Amino acid sequence: MPEWLTQLLAAGPVVTDGAWGTELQARGLPAGELPDGWNLTHPERVAEVARAYVAAGSRVILTNTFGANRLRLAGHGLADRVAEINRRGVEISKQAAGPRARVFASIGPAGKMLLTGETTAAELTDAFTEQAQALAEGGADALIIETMSDLEEAKLALAAAKTTGLPVVVCMVFDAGRDKDRTLMGATPEQVARELTAAGADVIGANCGVGIERYVPVCRRLRAATDRPVWIKPNAGLPVLENGRVVYHTTPEEFAGHVPELVAAGAGFIGGCCGTTPEFIRAVCARLVGA
Amino acid sequence: MQELKSLSDAILTGDAKTARDVTEKALAAGVDPLTLVNEYMIPAMTEVGRRYECNEYFVPELLISARAMKASLELIRPLLVASGREPAGRVAIGTVKGDLHDIGKNLVAAMLEGGGFEVIDLGVNVAPEQFVAAVREKKAQIVAMSALLTTTMPSMKSTIEALEAAGVRRQVKVLVGGAPITQRFADEIGADGYSENAPGAVTLARQALSLA
Repeated sequence: MPEWLTQLLAAGPVVTDGAWGTELQARGLPAGELPDGWNLTHPERVAEVARAYVAAGSRVILTNTFGANRLRLAGHGLADRVAEINRRGVEISKQAAGPRARVFASIGPAGKMLLTGETTAAELTDAFTEQAQALAEGGADALIIETMSDLEEAKLALAAAKTTGLPVVVCMVFDAGRDKDRTLMGATPEQVARELTAAGADVIGANCGVGIERYVPVCRRLRAATDRPVWIKPNAGLPVLENGRVVYHTTPEEFAGHVPELVAAGAGFIGGCCGTTPEFIRAVCARLVGA
Repeated sequence: MQELKSLSDAILTGDAKTARDVTEKALAAGVDPLTLVNEYMIPAMTEVGRRYECNEYFVPELLISARAMKASLELIRPLLVASGREPAGRVAIGTVKGDLHDIGKNLVAAMLEGGGFEVIDLGVNVAPEQFVAAVREKKAQIVAMSALLTTTMPSMKSTIEALEAAGVRRQVKVLVGGAPITQRFADEIGADGYSENAPGAVTLARQALSLA
Protein backbone atom coordinates (compact mmCIF):
# COMPACT_ATOMS: atom_id res chain seq x y z
CA MET A 1 0.00 0.00 0.00
CA PRO A 2 1.43 3.41 -0.94
CA GLU A 3 2.28 5.97 1.74
CA TRP A 4 -0.51 8.39 0.75
CA LEU A 5 -3.12 5.67 1.28
CA THR A 6 -1.73 4.74 4.69
CA GLN A 7 -1.81 8.41 5.70
CA LEU A 8 -5.35 8.88 4.39
CA LEU A 9 -6.55 5.96 6.50
CA ALA A 10 -4.58 7.04 9.58
CA ALA A 11 -6.79 10.13 9.86
CA GLY A 12 -9.82 7.97 10.68
CA PRO A 13 -12.61 6.57 8.51
CA VAL A 14 -12.34 8.01 5.01
CA VAL A 15 -15.59 9.35 3.54
CA THR A 16 -16.07 8.25 -0.06
CA ASP A 17 -18.86 9.29 -2.43
CA GLY A 18 -22.47 8.33 -3.15
CA ALA A 19 -24.35 7.15 -6.25
CA TRP A 20 -23.54 8.47 -9.72
CA GLY A 21 -26.16 6.91 -11.98
CA THR A 22 -29.13 8.45 -10.18
CA GLU A 23 -27.32 11.83 -9.99
CA LEU A 24 -26.74 11.75 -13.76
CA GLN A 25 -30.38 10.85 -14.33
CA ALA A 26 -31.35 13.89 -12.29
CA ARG A 27 -29.26 15.82 -14.83
CA GLY A 28 -31.06 14.38 -17.83
CA LEU A 29 -29.54 10.95 -18.50
CA PRO A 30 -32.40 8.92 -20.05
CA ALA A 31 -33.50 5.76 -18.21
CA GLY A 32 -31.70 2.72 -19.55
CA GLU A 33 -28.93 4.69 -21.25
CA LEU A 34 -25.44 3.69 -20.15
CA PRO A 35 -24.07 6.55 -18.01
CA ASP A 36 -20.48 5.92 -19.12
CA GLY A 37 -21.05 7.28 -22.63
CA TRP A 38 -21.71 10.69 -21.07
CA ASN A 39 -17.98 11.05 -20.34
CA LEU A 40 -17.68 11.82 -24.07
CA THR A 41 -21.03 13.45 -24.83
CA HIS A 42 -21.85 15.35 -21.62
CA PRO A 43 -18.56 15.72 -19.69
CA GLU A 44 -19.77 18.89 -17.95
CA ARG A 45 -22.77 17.08 -16.39
CA VAL A 46 -20.49 14.27 -15.21
CA ALA A 47 -18.12 16.85 -13.74
CA GLU A 48 -21.03 18.42 -11.83
CA VAL A 49 -21.67 15.13 -10.03
CA ALA A 50 -17.98 14.72 -9.19
CA ARG A 51 -17.77 18.30 -7.88
CA ALA A 52 -20.96 17.85 -5.84
CA TYR A 53 -19.36 14.96 -3.95
CA VAL A 54 -16.09 16.80 -3.38
CA ALA A 55 -18.07 19.79 -2.09
CA ALA A 56 -20.08 17.48 0.19
CA GLY A 57 -16.86 16.30 1.85
CA SER A 58 -15.83 13.14 -0.01
CA ARG A 59 -12.11 12.48 0.43
CA VAL A 60 -12.27 9.76 -2.20
CA ILE A 61 -14.44 10.02 -5.30
CA LEU A 62 -15.04 7.39 -7.95
CA THR A 63 -15.39 7.75 -11.70
CA ASN A 64 -18.23 7.40 -14.19
CA THR A 65 -16.71 4.22 -15.62
CA PHE A 66 -18.60 1.46 -13.77
CA GLY A 67 -19.92 -0.12 -16.98
CA ALA A 68 -17.06 0.84 -19.28
CA ASN A 69 -15.74 -2.62 -20.06
CA ARG A 70 -15.77 -3.93 -23.62
CA LEU A 71 -18.47 -6.55 -23.01
CA ARG A 72 -20.97 -4.10 -21.56
CA LEU A 73 -20.14 -1.23 -23.92
CA ALA A 74 -20.70 -3.58 -26.88
CA GLY A 75 -24.38 -3.77 -25.92
CA HIS A 76 -24.57 -0.01 -26.50
CA GLY A 77 -22.50 0.12 -29.69
CA LEU A 78 -19.53 1.64 -27.85
CA ALA A 79 -17.05 -1.27 -27.82
CA ASP A 80 -14.47 0.70 -29.82
CA ARG A 81 -14.53 3.60 -27.33
CA VAL A 82 -13.34 1.68 -24.23
CA ALA A 83 -10.01 3.48 -23.82
CA GLU A 84 -11.45 6.94 -24.47
CA ILE A 85 -14.44 6.59 -22.13
CA ASN A 86 -12.28 5.33 -19.27
CA ARG A 87 -9.49 7.88 -19.71
CA ARG A 88 -11.97 10.73 -19.94
CA GLY A 89 -13.84 9.43 -16.90
CA VAL A 90 -10.71 9.62 -14.75
CA GLU A 91 -9.73 13.03 -16.12
CA ILE A 92 -13.16 14.46 -15.24
CA SER A 93 -12.98 13.14 -11.65
CA LYS A 94 -9.33 14.20 -11.21
CA GLN A 95 -10.12 17.72 -12.28
CA ALA A 96 -13.10 17.91 -9.92
CA ALA A 97 -11.08 16.42 -7.05
CA GLY A 98 -8.10 18.75 -7.31
CA PRO A 99 -6.00 18.45 -4.15
CA ARG A 100 -9.09 17.79 -1.98
CA ALA A 101 -9.85 14.19 -2.91
CA ARG A 102 -8.30 11.04 -4.34
CA VAL A 103 -9.75 9.37 -7.40
CA PHE A 104 -10.50 5.64 -7.24
CA ALA A 105 -11.51 4.55 -10.72
CA SER A 106 -14.52 2.27 -10.91
CA ILE A 107 -14.64 -1.14 -12.57
CA GLY A 108 -18.02 -2.94 -12.45
CA PRO A 109 -18.96 -6.49 -13.40
CA ALA A 110 -18.88 -7.55 -17.03
CA GLY A 111 -22.60 -8.36 -16.99
CA LYS A 112 -22.01 -11.89 -18.28
CA MET A 113 -21.90 -15.01 -16.14
CA LEU A 114 -18.95 -17.40 -16.14
CA LEU A 115 -21.04 -20.21 -14.73
CA THR A 116 -23.55 -20.30 -17.57
CA GLY A 117 -20.81 -20.16 -20.20
CA GLU A 118 -21.92 -16.72 -21.42
CA THR A 119 -18.32 -15.61 -21.07
CA THR A 120 -14.92 -17.14 -20.37
CA ALA A 121 -12.08 -16.37 -17.97
CA ALA A 122 -9.91 -15.30 -20.92
CA GLU A 123 -12.56 -12.92 -22.26
CA LEU A 124 -13.05 -11.36 -18.81
CA THR A 125 -9.31 -11.00 -18.25
CA ASP A 126 -8.93 -9.21 -21.59
CA ALA A 127 -11.87 -6.89 -20.92
CA PHE A 128 -10.77 -5.97 -17.38
CA THR A 129 -7.11 -5.53 -18.39
CA GLU A 130 -8.08 -3.17 -21.20
CA GLN A 131 -10.28 -1.10 -18.87
CA ALA A 132 -7.75 -1.05 -16.00
CA GLN A 133 -4.92 0.06 -18.30
CA ALA A 134 -7.03 2.93 -19.68
CA LEU A 135 -8.00 4.04 -16.15
CA ALA A 136 -4.34 4.00 -15.11
CA GLU A 137 -3.33 6.01 -18.19
CA GLY A 138 -6.04 8.55 -17.30
CA GLY A 139 -4.24 9.14 -13.98
CA ALA A 140 -6.31 7.22 -11.41
CA ASP A 141 -4.87 7.12 -7.86
CA ALA A 142 -6.30 3.63 -7.28
CA LEU A 143 -8.74 1.21 -8.87
CA ILE A 144 -11.94 -0.12 -7.34
CA ILE A 145 -13.64 -3.30 -8.49
CA GLU A 146 -17.20 -3.06 -7.19
CA THR A 147 -20.67 -4.62 -7.10
CA MET A 148 -19.25 -8.07 -7.80
CA SER A 149 -21.51 -11.10 -7.22
CA ASP A 150 -19.08 -13.80 -8.30
CA LEU A 151 -15.79 -14.21 -6.45
CA GLU A 152 -14.23 -15.85 -9.52
CA GLU A 153 -15.00 -12.82 -11.68
CA ALA A 154 -13.78 -10.50 -8.89
CA LYS A 155 -10.45 -12.34 -8.73
CA LEU A 156 -10.00 -12.16 -12.50
CA ALA A 157 -10.68 -8.41 -12.37
CA LEU A 158 -8.27 -8.04 -9.42
CA ALA A 159 -5.46 -9.83 -11.26
CA ALA A 160 -6.09 -7.61 -14.32
CA ALA A 161 -6.17 -4.44 -12.19
CA LYS A 162 -2.94 -5.33 -10.38
CA THR A 163 -1.04 -5.27 -13.67
CA THR A 164 -1.26 -1.46 -13.48
CA GLY A 165 0.70 -1.35 -10.21
CA LEU A 166 -2.03 0.82 -8.60
CA PRO A 167 -3.63 -0.03 -5.24
CA VAL A 168 -6.80 -2.07 -5.79
CA VAL A 169 -10.03 -2.16 -3.74
CA VAL A 170 -12.36 -5.11 -4.32
CA CYS A 171 -15.90 -5.07 -2.97
CA MET A 172 -18.74 -7.47 -3.40
CA VAL A 173 -22.50 -7.43 -2.94
CA PHE A 174 -23.90 -9.39 0.00
CA ASP A 175 -27.63 -9.70 -0.55
CA ALA A 176 -28.36 -13.41 -0.92
CA GLY A 177 -29.31 -16.26 1.38
CA ARG A 178 -31.68 -16.31 4.30
CA ASP A 179 -29.78 -13.64 6.23
CA LYS A 180 -28.76 -11.58 3.20
CA ASP A 181 -25.12 -12.06 4.18
CA ARG A 182 -23.92 -14.08 1.19
CA THR A 183 -22.97 -13.20 -2.34
CA LEU A 184 -25.28 -14.35 -5.13
CA MET A 185 -23.00 -17.36 -5.53
CA GLY A 186 -23.17 -18.18 -1.84
CA ALA A 187 -19.79 -16.89 -0.59
CA THR A 188 -19.64 -15.69 3.03
CA PRO A 189 -17.86 -12.49 4.13
CA GLU A 190 -15.12 -14.70 5.66
CA GLN A 191 -14.55 -16.57 2.42
CA VAL A 192 -14.52 -13.34 0.41
CA ALA A 193 -12.06 -11.70 2.81
CA ARG A 194 -9.74 -14.70 2.86
CA GLU A 195 -9.67 -15.29 -0.88
CA LEU A 196 -9.31 -11.62 -1.84
CA THR A 197 -6.56 -11.11 0.74
CA ALA A 198 -4.68 -14.11 -0.65
CA ALA A 199 -5.20 -12.76 -4.19
CA GLY A 200 -3.57 -9.47 -3.21
CA ALA A 201 -6.41 -6.95 -2.83
CA ASP A 202 -5.25 -3.83 -0.93
CA VAL A 203 -8.70 -3.01 0.45
CA ILE A 204 -11.70 -5.36 0.74
CA GLY A 205 -15.34 -4.48 1.14
CA ALA A 206 -19.05 -4.60 0.49
CA ASN A 207 -21.27 -2.32 -1.56
CA CYS A 208 -24.89 -1.99 -2.71
CA GLY A 209 -26.88 -4.74 -0.91
CA VAL A 210 -30.20 -4.34 0.86
CA GLY A 211 -29.56 -1.38 3.16
CA ILE A 212 -26.98 0.00 5.57
CA GLU A 213 -28.04 -1.85 8.75
CA ARG A 214 -27.38 -5.21 7.09
CA TYR A 215 -23.81 -4.18 6.31
CA VAL A 216 -22.82 -3.58 9.94
CA PRO A 217 -22.41 -7.33 10.69
CA VAL A 218 -20.93 -7.91 7.22
CA CYS A 219 -18.33 -5.21 7.95
CA ARG A 220 -17.51 -6.79 11.31
CA ARG A 221 -17.03 -10.21 9.72
CA LEU A 222 -14.84 -8.87 6.90
CA ARG A 223 -12.79 -6.94 9.46
CA ALA A 224 -12.23 -10.10 11.53
CA ALA A 225 -11.13 -12.16 8.53
CA THR A 226 -8.52 -9.88 6.94
CA ASP A 227 -5.75 -7.45 7.87
CA ARG A 228 -6.71 -5.16 4.95
CA PRO A 229 -8.78 -1.98 5.39
CA VAL A 230 -12.53 -2.50 4.90
CA TRP A 231 -14.57 -0.48 2.41
CA ILE A 232 -18.36 -0.14 2.95
CA LYS A 233 -20.77 1.55 0.54
CA PRO A 234 -24.37 0.49 1.20
CA ASN A 235 -27.39 1.62 -0.80
CA ALA A 236 -30.24 3.68 0.59
CA GLY A 237 -32.51 0.67 1.16
CA LEU A 238 -34.83 -0.75 -1.47
CA PRO A 239 -36.56 1.65 -3.84
CA VAL A 240 -40.31 2.07 -4.13
CA LEU A 241 -42.32 3.47 -7.00
CA GLU A 242 -44.46 6.52 -6.24
CA ASN A 243 -46.53 8.17 -8.95
CA GLY A 244 -44.37 6.55 -11.60
CA ARG A 245 -41.18 7.80 -9.94
CA VAL A 246 -38.63 5.69 -8.12
CA VAL A 247 -37.96 6.89 -4.57
CA TYR A 248 -35.74 5.69 -1.75
CA HIS A 249 -37.23 6.11 1.69
CA THR A 250 -34.02 6.04 3.71
CA THR A 251 -33.19 9.65 4.60
CA PRO A 252 -29.62 11.00 4.77
CA GLU A 253 -30.03 11.30 8.57
CA GLU A 254 -31.23 7.71 8.98
CA PHE A 255 -28.37 6.51 6.82
CA ALA A 256 -25.80 8.54 8.74
CA GLY A 257 -27.30 7.27 12.00
CA HIS A 258 -25.74 3.88 11.29
CA VAL A 259 -22.29 5.34 10.63
CA PRO A 260 -21.05 5.06 14.25
CA GLU A 261 -21.93 1.33 14.17
CA LEU A 262 -19.97 0.91 10.94
CA VAL A 263 -16.98 2.70 12.45
CA ALA A 264 -17.18 0.45 15.51
CA ALA A 265 -17.38 -2.55 13.17
CA GLY A 266 -14.07 -1.49 11.68
CA ALA A 267 -14.94 0.30 8.42
CA GLY A 268 -11.98 2.23 7.00
CA PHE A 269 -13.88 3.77 4.09
CA ILE A 270 -17.57 4.77 4.24
CA GLY A 271 -19.80 6.00 1.43
CA GLY A 272 -23.08 5.19 -0.28
CA CYS A 273 -24.35 3.23 -3.26
CA CYS A 274 -27.69 3.32 -5.17
CA GLY A 275 -30.08 6.02 -3.98
CA THR A 276 -27.53 8.02 -1.99
CA THR A 277 -26.76 11.64 -2.90
CA PRO A 278 -24.34 14.41 -1.88
CA GLU A 279 -26.80 15.08 0.99
CA PHE A 280 -26.06 11.61 2.36
CA ILE A 281 -22.32 12.26 2.19
CA ARG A 282 -22.76 15.58 3.99
CA ALA A 283 -24.75 13.80 6.71
CA VAL A 284 -22.08 11.08 7.02
CA CYS A 285 -19.32 13.71 7.38
CA ALA A 286 -21.34 15.60 10.00
CA ARG A 287 -21.86 12.40 11.97
CA LEU A 288 -18.14 11.57 11.88
CA VAL A 289 -17.13 15.05 13.03
CA GLY A 290 -19.65 14.84 15.85
CA ALA A 291 -18.50 11.35 16.87
CA MET B 1 -37.69 -48.14 -8.30
CA GLN B 2 -34.04 -47.85 -7.29
CA GLU B 3 -32.96 -47.04 -10.85
CA LEU B 4 -35.31 -44.09 -11.07
CA LYS B 5 -34.36 -42.79 -7.64
CA SER B 6 -30.93 -42.15 -9.13
CA LEU B 7 -32.63 -39.73 -11.57
CA SER B 8 -33.78 -37.61 -8.62
CA ASP B 9 -30.32 -37.81 -7.09
CA ALA B 10 -28.65 -36.81 -10.35
CA ILE B 11 -30.85 -33.71 -10.55
CA LEU B 12 -30.16 -32.85 -6.91
CA THR B 13 -26.41 -33.09 -7.41
CA GLY B 14 -26.47 -31.56 -10.88
CA ASP B 15 -25.08 -34.64 -12.61
CA ALA B 16 -26.39 -34.09 -16.15
CA LYS B 17 -24.74 -37.18 -17.62
CA THR B 18 -26.32 -39.58 -15.13
CA ALA B 19 -29.68 -37.81 -15.45
CA ARG B 20 -29.58 -38.34 -19.19
CA ASP B 21 -28.40 -41.96 -18.97
CA VAL B 22 -31.02 -42.99 -16.42
CA THR B 23 -33.76 -41.29 -18.44
CA GLU B 24 -32.65 -43.02 -21.61
CA LYS B 25 -32.69 -46.45 -19.95
CA ALA B 26 -36.03 -45.85 -18.26
CA LEU B 27 -37.67 -44.76 -21.50
CA ALA B 28 -36.20 -47.77 -23.31
CA ALA B 29 -37.64 -49.98 -20.58
CA GLY B 30 -41.06 -48.50 -21.26
CA VAL B 31 -41.50 -46.19 -18.25
CA ASP B 32 -44.14 -43.53 -18.91
CA PRO B 33 -42.35 -40.23 -19.59
CA LEU B 34 -44.90 -38.31 -17.55
CA THR B 35 -44.23 -40.57 -14.56
CA LEU B 36 -40.55 -39.63 -14.77
CA VAL B 37 -41.39 -35.94 -14.81
CA ASN B 38 -44.06 -35.91 -12.13
CA GLU B 39 -42.70 -38.47 -9.71
CA TYR B 40 -38.96 -38.02 -9.95
CA MET B 41 -37.89 -34.82 -11.66
CA ILE B 42 -40.29 -32.20 -10.35
CA PRO B 43 -39.96 -33.42 -6.74
CA ALA B 44 -36.17 -33.21 -7.17
CA MET B 45 -36.41 -29.60 -8.38
CA THR B 46 -38.76 -28.83 -5.48
CA GLU B 47 -36.10 -30.19 -3.13
CA VAL B 48 -33.48 -28.01 -4.87
CA GLY B 49 -35.71 -25.01 -4.14
CA ARG B 50 -36.07 -26.09 -0.51
CA ARG B 51 -32.30 -26.39 -0.11
CA TYR B 52 -31.94 -22.93 -1.60
CA GLU B 53 -34.38 -21.53 0.95
CA CYS B 54 -32.37 -23.23 3.71
CA ASN B 55 -29.05 -21.71 2.65
CA GLU B 56 -27.72 -25.13 1.60
CA TYR B 57 -27.83 -24.35 -2.11
CA PHE B 58 -26.91 -21.13 -3.90
CA VAL B 59 -27.00 -20.02 -7.51
CA PRO B 60 -24.24 -22.36 -8.75
CA GLU B 61 -26.10 -25.42 -7.40
CA LEU B 62 -29.38 -24.14 -8.88
CA LEU B 63 -27.81 -23.80 -12.28
CA ILE B 64 -26.24 -27.22 -12.43
CA SER B 65 -29.45 -28.86 -11.16
CA ALA B 66 -31.48 -27.04 -13.81
CA ARG B 67 -28.95 -28.18 -16.40
CA ALA B 68 -29.32 -31.84 -15.33
CA MET B 69 -33.10 -31.50 -15.42
CA LYS B 70 -32.89 -30.02 -18.91
CA ALA B 71 -30.66 -32.86 -20.14
CA SER B 72 -33.32 -35.31 -19.08
CA LEU B 73 -36.23 -33.23 -20.41
CA GLU B 74 -34.63 -33.04 -23.83
CA LEU B 75 -35.25 -36.78 -24.18
CA ILE B 76 -38.70 -36.67 -22.66
CA ARG B 77 -40.23 -33.63 -24.29
CA PRO B 78 -40.39 -35.03 -27.88
CA LEU B 79 -42.25 -38.07 -26.54
CA LEU B 80 -44.73 -35.89 -24.67
CA VAL B 81 -45.30 -33.75 -27.73
CA ALA B 82 -45.73 -36.86 -29.94
CA SER B 83 -48.39 -38.20 -27.61
CA GLY B 84 -50.17 -34.83 -27.64
CA ARG B 85 -49.29 -33.84 -24.09
CA GLU B 86 -48.52 -30.22 -23.49
CA PRO B 87 -45.66 -28.80 -21.40
CA ALA B 88 -46.49 -27.51 -17.91
CA GLY B 89 -47.05 -24.11 -19.41
CA ARG B 90 -45.66 -21.57 -21.82
CA VAL B 91 -43.80 -18.56 -20.42
CA ALA B 92 -42.70 -15.47 -22.32
CA ILE B 93 -39.79 -14.02 -20.37
CA GLY B 94 -37.74 -10.89 -20.88
CA THR B 95 -35.86 -7.98 -19.32
CA VAL B 96 -38.04 -4.90 -19.70
CA LYS B 97 -37.56 -1.99 -22.06
CA GLY B 98 -34.53 0.16 -21.31
CA ASP B 99 -32.80 -2.55 -19.31
CA LEU B 100 -30.00 -4.69 -20.73
CA HIS B 101 -29.29 -6.85 -17.67
CA ASP B 102 -29.95 -10.50 -18.27
CA ILE B 103 -28.27 -12.54 -15.52
CA GLY B 104 -31.37 -12.73 -13.32
CA LYS B 105 -33.66 -13.27 -16.29
CA ASN B 106 -31.47 -16.11 -17.58
CA LEU B 107 -31.42 -17.77 -14.16
CA VAL B 108 -35.20 -17.70 -13.94
CA ALA B 109 -35.51 -18.98 -17.53
CA ALA B 110 -33.18 -21.90 -16.74
CA MET B 111 -35.13 -22.77 -13.59
CA LEU B 112 -38.47 -22.58 -15.44
CA GLU B 113 -37.18 -24.88 -18.16
CA GLY B 114 -35.97 -27.20 -15.44
CA GLY B 115 -39.47 -27.01 -13.98
CA GLY B 116 -40.93 -28.33 -17.21
CA PHE B 117 -42.13 -25.05 -18.69
CA GLU B 118 -41.69 -24.08 -22.31
CA VAL B 119 -39.78 -20.82 -22.20
CA ILE B 120 -39.94 -18.18 -24.92
CA ASP B 121 -36.95 -15.98 -24.16
CA LEU B 122 -37.57 -12.51 -25.60
CA GLY B 123 -34.12 -11.31 -24.50
CA VAL B 124 -33.30 -7.87 -23.05
CA ASN B 125 -34.74 -4.39 -23.67
CA VAL B 126 -38.10 -5.96 -24.51
CA ALA B 127 -40.78 -3.45 -25.51
CA PRO B 128 -44.34 -3.85 -24.17
CA GLU B 129 -45.62 -4.69 -27.67
CA GLN B 130 -43.19 -7.63 -27.89
CA PHE B 131 -44.68 -9.11 -24.72
CA VAL B 132 -48.15 -8.54 -26.18
CA ALA B 133 -47.12 -10.28 -29.42
CA ALA B 134 -45.79 -13.28 -27.49
CA VAL B 135 -49.15 -13.64 -25.76
CA ARG B 136 -51.17 -13.20 -28.95
CA GLU B 137 -49.08 -15.14 -31.42
CA LYS B 138 -47.22 -17.67 -29.31
CA LYS B 139 -50.00 -18.23 -26.81
CA ALA B 140 -47.84 -17.59 -23.75
CA GLN B 141 -49.84 -18.20 -20.58
CA ILE B 142 -47.37 -16.38 -18.36
CA VAL B 143 -45.49 -13.13 -18.91
CA ALA B 144 -42.37 -12.95 -16.73
CA MET B 145 -40.58 -9.61 -16.52
CA SER B 146 -37.20 -8.74 -15.04
CA ALA B 147 -35.60 -5.37 -14.22
CA LEU B 148 -32.32 -4.59 -12.49
CA LEU B 149 -32.37 -0.82 -12.83
CA THR B 150 -34.65 1.25 -10.64
CA THR B 151 -35.13 3.50 -13.64
CA THR B 152 -36.63 0.74 -15.75
CA MET B 153 -39.07 -0.53 -13.11
CA PRO B 154 -41.83 1.68 -14.59
CA SER B 155 -41.51 -0.33 -17.85
CA MET B 156 -43.16 -3.21 -16.00
CA LYS B 157 -46.19 -1.05 -15.38
CA SER B 158 -46.36 0.09 -19.01
CA THR B 159 -46.14 -3.53 -20.17
CA ILE B 160 -49.12 -4.47 -17.99
CA GLU B 161 -50.99 -1.47 -19.42
CA ALA B 162 -50.13 -2.59 -22.95
CA LEU B 163 -51.47 -6.08 -22.20
CA GLU B 164 -54.67 -4.46 -20.96
CA ALA B 165 -54.95 -2.19 -23.99
CA ALA B 166 -54.50 -5.19 -26.26
CA GLY B 167 -57.31 -7.01 -24.45
CA VAL B 168 -55.12 -9.94 -23.41
CA ARG B 169 -54.42 -9.07 -19.79
CA ARG B 170 -57.01 -11.50 -18.47
CA GLN B 171 -55.68 -14.48 -20.38
CA VAL B 172 -52.17 -14.29 -18.88
CA LYS B 173 -50.55 -14.26 -15.48
CA VAL B 174 -47.90 -11.58 -15.01
CA LEU B 175 -44.90 -12.37 -12.80
CA VAL B 176 -42.16 -9.86 -11.94
CA GLY B 177 -38.74 -9.97 -10.33
CA GLY B 178 -35.32 -8.31 -10.12
CA ALA B 179 -33.08 -6.74 -7.50
CA PRO B 180 -35.08 -3.53 -6.87
CA ILE B 181 -38.51 -5.19 -7.14
CA THR B 182 -40.60 -5.78 -4.02
CA GLN B 183 -43.96 -7.43 -3.33
CA ARG B 184 -45.37 -4.00 -2.69
CA PHE B 185 -44.24 -2.77 -6.08
CA ALA B 186 -45.70 -5.87 -7.74
CA ASP B 187 -49.04 -5.21 -6.03
CA GLU B 188 -49.00 -1.55 -6.99
CA ILE B 189 -48.57 -2.21 -10.68
CA GLY B 190 -51.13 -5.03 -10.67
CA ALA B 191 -48.81 -7.97 -11.30
CA ASP B 192 -50.09 -11.44 -10.38
CA GLY B 193 -46.95 -12.49 -8.59
CA TYR B 194 -43.47 -11.59 -7.36
CA SER B 195 -40.61 -13.79 -6.30
CA GLU B 196 -37.33 -12.62 -4.83
CA ASN B 197 -35.44 -15.60 -6.22
CA ALA B 198 -35.34 -18.02 -9.14
CA PRO B 199 -36.67 -21.20 -7.50
CA GLY B 200 -39.51 -19.15 -6.06
CA ALA B 201 -40.38 -18.07 -9.61
CA VAL B 202 -40.99 -21.71 -10.59
CA THR B 203 -43.31 -22.26 -7.62
CA LEU B 204 -45.09 -19.03 -8.51
CA ALA B 205 -45.47 -20.06 -12.15
CA ARG B 206 -46.95 -23.42 -11.14
CA GLN B 207 -49.35 -21.71 -8.74
CA ALA B 208 -50.34 -19.16 -11.37
CA LEU B 209 -51.45 -21.96 -13.70
CA SER B 210 -52.98 -23.91 -10.81
CA LEU B 211 -50.50 -26.75 -11.26
CA ALA B 212 -49.43 -26.80 -7.65
